[in-house]
Amino acid sequence: MLSFALILVVSLFFSGIVVRTKSLASGRKGPGIWQPMRDIWRSLRKGSVYSTTSSPVFRVAPSVYFASVLAAIAVVPLGSNAGLFSFPCDFVFFAYVLALGKFFCIIAALDTGSSFEGMGASREALFSMLAEPAFFILMGTLGLITGHTSFLQIFSDLHLGSTLSYALVSIACFLLLMICMIENSRMPVDDPKTHLELTMIHEVMILDNSGFDLGLILHATNLKFAMYGALIANLFIGNLEVSVAAPVFLGIQFVVAVVAGIIESFMARFRMSHNAQFILVLSSLALLMLFGVMLVNN
Amino acid sequence: MDYITIKNNQRIAFAEIPVLDYAAFYKVLTDNLLIKPEAHCVNYYGVPSDKGVQLICCIADDETHTINVLSTIVSKSDTLQSVTATYPAFQLFEREIHENFGIGFSGHPWLKPVRYPHNAADKSQTIANYPFYQVDSEELHEVGVGPIHAGIIEPGHFRFICNGEQILHLEIQLGYQHRGIESLFLQKTKLLQRATLAENIAGDTVIGHSTAFANVWESLCGFEPSRQLQLERALALEQERTAIHTGDLSGICTDIAYQLGNSVFGRLRTPLINYFQRWAGNRFAKGLIRPGKTNFPFTPDLRDQWHSTIEAYKPDFIEMAEQTFDLPSVLSRLEQTGRVAPETARAIGMVGMAARASSVPRDVRASHPWGYYNDVSYQPVTEPVGDVYCRARIRYDEVLRSIDMMSQIIDSMDYKSSSADALDKVAANSFVVSLVEGWRGEICHCAITDAQGNLLHYKIKDPSFHNWLGLALAVRNNEISDFPICNKSFDLSYSGHDL
Repeated sequence: MLSFALILVVSLFFSGIVVRTKSLASGRKGPGIWQPMRDIWRSLRKGSVYSTTSSPVFRVAPSVYFASVLAAIAVVPLGSNAGLFSFPCDFVFFAYVLALGKFFCIIAALDTGSSFEGMGASREALFSMLAEPAFFILMGTLGLITGHTSFLQIFSDLHLGSTLSYALVSIACFLLLMICMIENSRMPVDDPKTHLELTMIHEVMILDNSGFDLGLILHATNLKFAMYGALIANLFIGNLEVSVAAPVFLGIQFVVAVVAGIIESFMARFRMSHNAQFILVLSSLALLMLFGVMLVNN
Repeated sequence: MDYITIKNNQRIAFAEIPVLDYAAFYKVLTDNLLIKPEAHCVNYYGVPSDKGVQLICCIADDETHTINVLSTIVSKSDTLQSVTATYPAFQLFEREIHENFGIGFSGHPWLKPVRYPHNAADKSQTIANYPFYQVDSEELHEVGVGPIHAGIIEPGHFRFICNGEQILHLEIQLGYQHRGIESLFLQKTKLLQRATLAENIAGDTVIGHSTAFANVWESLCGFEPSRQLQLERALALEQERTAIHTGDLSGICTDIAYQLGNSVFGRLRTPLINYFQRWAGNRFAKGLIRPGKTNFPFTPDLRDQWHSTIEAYKPDFIEMAEQTFDLPSVLSRLEQTGRVAPETARAIGMVGMAARASSVPRDVRASHPWGYYNDVSYQPVTEPVGDVYCRARIRYDEVLRSIDMMSQIIDSMDYKSSSADALDKVAANSFVVSLVEGWRGEICHCAITDAQGNLLHYKIKDPSFHNWLGLALAVRNNEISDFPICNKSFDLSYSGHDL
């Protein structure tokens, strides 16, 4: 319950911190950290416009997408405090409920019949598909080392203290951060700031969405940021008391947002054809973790 | 004589241009004038005459610093043998002649419309039902971009035929910006109106086009600008080049999502264009170049401001550029993207910065110098490969070169307010061709006057006219997601092409 509430809170200012970091890094003052939320609030109050060529799939997709993200957040714990619910192998539920949302996003994009959105949909499908093994191998490794299969038990059993766990946690942090960037279509695989529909991935898929629907999609992105940030935070929280865990959680979310902002400031994004290579490297990194743990366990 | 050989900005009597029959005209072009690799067509256009259409062709020879002009008179119903079949660089010129006069060209691969509101012969054929090039295949898909553009730039339609992410073919259709500038030059009879028109041919090349117009007009009036005036104009041209190149580097960084480069180059461009604000009262330097005079003489105060602007600009610019061209993620996007091979660049007649990035050393400042450039033997900067990296890198090198040149120009100024001589009457029955190296490349203005000394015909060619085909070829077999950086690296003008 607590983690669900905290993630909702963090999602309100996560994008704001990223944007602010980017502004400061480029020597500008930048908008206030609430600006992204104000934009979303403005969209939410507007009506949506639908193309005559689109079907009801296009209309339900944003809601399904938003709901899928909320459902995924429900299983994310805060250290040893369960989320809304928890059950064995809930990380599989987590991955596939997100995939369901993404599936609806993709078929909604195809539903518009626009060549841009078809292009974006194919890119998004490819990159999410490639990122999936990295996530599962990572969770499998954590499951192997702790002997549990639910987020709650894995994270409450995972604790720092041995050299191995430091190594594991640092790789896991990197992997989760990169999966977070890929799933949210941010740098270095995609650039949400660009105005160029030919180069975009996620943004080009939602070109036809407007008003309330657009607001839902945009806020779902914020929620996903906070959700992956929460997974990263959980690597460190372990069995901490709630009074300590909550500030640590917020602090780590803040650091993740700043790191995301810095990545987006100081490098160019990848060439589209290099994205696939890059994402596969993440999977092999996860495999490296898995083999390491298997060696140690033997 | 088959052709007359003149210098840049040299006035000749219109009757001195030899008139051949088309077969001889064609033979002189293909067998003689175009054989040298240093020769290229700077303008080829039709002028209506009482006997039909007089086609005037200007071939610049970069080696001897001359322009060879010849002409032919044909009738509108003729079908002529196409020069394009041998020299592809003629394709757009012949298409324009076909579009304007209905003259056919046999052997031309595709007399595709150049500026297309509707077909002059058949008004029912408009851009709305224009048959775009199509490939009939289940595997391939088409992506249409524009003419209403996602970014805030000018309108143009791009139709891609792609195999997945790979571009097989790009068709560019322009003409949405057609304003009839060339006929406006004849309708507006006051010099100020015409100078203002020249400034508005392409909004990003104000100095370039207004310098070309001033050169044409002063040559027609037999006016020799004072040394100080020449220096001021060269300074303005180089300042414009520096400012736009810096802005383009910012734009290239935006398109690869390199935020630091985007914001730093963007910040650096501002003081450069603001300098024009102090000099001429507006940031695009409108009103700065006027035939026969200047309304904004250069002062010692402006000199001091220039030095302080550039002192602040140069170290930051060098640091940012070195960092950008050193960053692996930037190089991986720019290198080997959108390559135009040197032989392609030469064959399709590319000009200016884009041609020099493909190691074709075409630079009017060196090959057909005018004014201040007569005194300096300018060596063009070239890059070897012709990819996006080279087109970005050449901007960096040219900016440094321009800063050195501006500094020399300022050092040799004398600040004495020269008493402006009034312009004489425009010479009658004359012809002038003027070439200017704007920041984008070779600008060409041609004027013909009638027996009373009024403008009979005015022809404008922006470098974009040559280079749009270069963009279409550059993106072939590239990823469609790399199109924006290819486009930005050329940074061509829509309004300059559409006129």
